[in-house]
Amino acid sequence: MSFLDYFKTKKTNTASIAKERLQIIVAHERTKRDQPDYLPQLQQEILDVIRKYVPIDQDQVQVQLDNNGNCSVLELNVTLPD
Amino acid sequence: MAKIIVITSGKGGVGKTTTSASVSTGLAKRGHKTVVIDFDVGLRNLDLIMNCERRVVYDFVNVINEEATLNQALIKDKHVDDLFILPASQTRDKDALTQQGVERVLNELAERFEYIICDSPAGIEHGAQMALYYADEAIIVTNPEVSSVRDSDRILGILQSKSRRAEMGLDPVKEHLLLSRYNPARAETGEMLCVEDVKDILAIKLLGVIPESQTVLSASNQGVPVILDEVSDAGQAYQDAVDRLLGEEREHRFLEVEKKGFFKRMFRG
Repeated sequence: MSFLDYFKTKKTNTASIAKERLQIIVAHERTKRDQPDYLPQLQQEILDVIRKYVPIDQDQVQVQLDNNGNCSVLELNVTLPD
Repeated sequence: MAKIIVITSGKGGVGKTTTSASVSTGLAKRGHKTVVIDFDVGLRNLDLIMNCERRVVYDFVNVINEEATLNQALIKDKHVDDLFILPASQTRDKDALTQQGVERVLNELAERFEYIICDSPAGIEHGAQMALYYADEAIIVTNPEVSSVRDSDRILGILQSKSRRAEMGLDPVKEHLLLSRYNPARAETGEMLCVEDVKDILAIKLLGVIPESQTVLSASNQGVPVILDEVSDAGQAYQDAVDRLLGEEREHRFLEVEKKGFFKRMFRG
């Protein structure tokens, strides 16, 4: 650091932004990683069945698999339009 | 029983080959019979970093295809005893590494060596998966930078699900974090992720921190693994990392900015 650098404005702490962004994306990708490979297809097929009867969008069906020890729970959330 | 250690990262250009060269040299220097294998089929570079590029006659793929014996393909290192190099092939056929072929070669090497170091290619494709499949331990080389950290986490996921140990339900692959290209001054001012940040995110044991250093480039220019540059901070940091890999306790060095005197701070850089 030279003499003149002391008069420059202080740099913003970008490392903390990086850490925060990483923590979010890594946590998100880890939950996806633990899911079985068939889940996206399962979600698509469930969507197709519901669409036979009710018009809904892709993001109105949420499929999630939670593992609690030796028992897995498949959670299905469908938002139907009024 | 030989120990198979993969040097991996997901992202390219973070220092896998530099680390493979230094870790294998360090292990051999401490008297352990070691072989280092370049898994980067098509983009062979370990030979260049270890200065044996002009002695390559046969390669890893030749051995897998039984076109050459291991003895014909192994190159004895010129810097240290007890170290051999198995170079990658320059073939463009990505699937040249078959799982059975790799297993057969590793089994044969395990009879002769204590440590088998696998230098993984970048990415998560076939070559990278072959490099990590048989690993007992993994050194994840990471730079303090967002894309490298994310890719490291991705590779950890693959180690935990697609390695032989994961598939067979054995003890998991032992994971070590090696943070390279670390700049303590920039970490201190908040311009760069610090050691603790990366440890928090990846949540694996820290094997070592290699400071960003000009000696790494000059070492690769000359084809001498940087660990042999015993006066440089990067060389010493690699030595500490190898000692830790062998189970010794070493305090982490080069994590803080070197304190400069008043005059040096004002007038020099």
